[in-house]
Amino acid sequence: MNDSVNREEADQASGTSPIVRLAGVNKHFGRLHVMQDIDLSVAQGEVVVIIGASGSGKSTLIRCVNGLEPFQSGRIEVDGKTLLPNGASGKSLQAVRTEVGMVFQQFNLFPHLSIRDNVTLAPRKVRGMTRRQADAIADRLLERVGISDQADKHPTQLSGGQQQRVALARALAMEPRLMLFDEPTSALDPEMIGEVLDAMRELVNDGMTMMIVTHEMGFAREVADRVVFVHGGQIVEQGPPDQLFDQPRHERTQAFLSRVLKH
Amino acid sequence: MEFNFQFDWQAAIDSLPFLLKGLPYTLLISFAGLAIGFVIGIVFGLMRIGPSRWIRWPAVVYVEVFRGTPVLVQVLFIFYGLPTLLGGPIDALTAGIAAIALNAGAYISEIVRGGVQSIERGQREAGLSLGLSAPQTFRYVIWPQALRRMIPALGNQGIVSIKDTSLFSVIGVGELVRQGQVYIANTFTALEVYFMIALLYLAITLSLSLALSLLERKGLVG
Ligand SMILES: Nc1ncnc2c1ncn2[C@@H]1O[C@H](COP(=O)(O)OP(=O)(O)O)[C@@H](O)[C@H]1O
Ligand SMILES: [Mg+2]
Repeated sequence: MNDSVNREEADQASGTSPIVRLAGVNKHFGRLHVMQDIDLSVAQGEVVVIIGASGSGKSTLIRCVNGLEPFQSGRIEVDGKTLLPNGASGKSLQAVRTEVGMVFQQFNLFPHLSIRDNVTLAPRKVRGMTRRQADAIADRLLERVGISDQADKHPTQLSGGQQQRVALARALAMEPRLMLFDEPTSALDPEMIGEVLDAMRELVNDGMTMMIVTHEMGFAREVADRVVFVHGGQIVEQGPPDQLFDQPRHERTQAFLSRVLKH
Repeated sequence: MEFNFQFDWQAAIDSLPFLLKGLPYTLLISFAGLAIGFVIGIVFGLMRIGPSRWIRWPAVVYVEVFRGTPVLVQVLFIFYGLPTLLGGPIDALTAGIAAIALNAGAYISEIVRGGVQSIERGQREAGLSLGLSAPQTFRYVIWPQALRRMIPALGNQGIVSIKDTSLFSVIGVGELVRQGQVYIANTFTALEVYFMIALLYLAITLSLSLALSLLERKGLVG
């Protein structure tokens, strides 16, 4: 598509090569064509927010970036490593995953481990850190997300908002180069959404590269460098938040926004 | 109402030393059989959810065969049948342990499969997304949770297998029931002796239940 070509030119012009590049990615669930020739690049330090109706393929799109979903054709490059179609990525799959953090809608904390061990598990087992080294990192990150006094508790003893902040700390403990968020606040009670968005805001300020699927349009407008609207497995329109929210060009985008921005 | 039988407590107590000689065999067959059965159950349970049908298929056959035939027939087959194939005798104790292992292993395979499959998909995805390899995700994320969920069913299987060992008196293993039969043949105190044997089984199975419920309760926090 033209957009992605322009994007690449822009990247080269500014001298930053994209940290994520999807090129001609197609994915089917049986007869359902959930990703149709997707081209998308994300620059270093860029915050890309992906919006679209339920079932439009937002989750599938970001889950492809860390190889949680296989795809059937095209290629995905993440930080210089290439993911190939049909699970042929080999070693680069795990390499990508160690560099890409993900926060899920349902938190997915490990219920059998303490909060601290949730955070230290991957640094110890993947990075080979000692418990002491990993604990130091965990304590720092838990403090940063405001959970430091709960480190010895277990996930079920925490509120949803606290669990999601732990999940963020857990992902950050691997020092990812890219963070993926799949509706991080959709499972939260309304009064807890703010605390999670605050933690994410802080990450934006630190310059983290992020791909965020969310229905929090106010937050999207505030933090996004670029908003991508997905419909029926296609990228219908993308652009800076002001442009996309205030002057959407495509009628599908207009229809979607008028539905979600009403309230 | 009047009962004209007498329960002879003295006879019951007198039988105890002789019966207790069978206890080590009952315990050995039960626990060795269950330990091996647990290993078999893990291997075949995981094979059943394996990636290829050539891995799943043998596990299905194994489970169906050993779950679908009586443990008594299995032990008779091993003790009397297998030697003609192998060309040498198998001792009764080994046959008993093998029968419990193979029989419990089939049931435990199903317990393992169910336990692992009961863990939410998101747990695996969270582990993988952190950069853990698939085996690491299994070992540190999936298995500890699955094992905890399996405890009640494993305890159940343990109790069933312990009681199954009573059948092995037929191949002459000197376990509790066999000892009782020998004792009764000389003393004609069937009532008291079988009562004592029942008590001994109950003591073993209750201890197991207690141990497992402690483990489960501790597991909820730890
Ligand atoms: N594992 C799956 N098997 C079959 N269909 C799926 C699967 N996951 C998602 N889908 C379908 O793919 C489409 C896109 O799903 P998803 O990416 O989750 O959408 P979104 O996150 O935008 O709500 C939906 O129609 C959904 O039902
Ligand atoms: Mg989704």
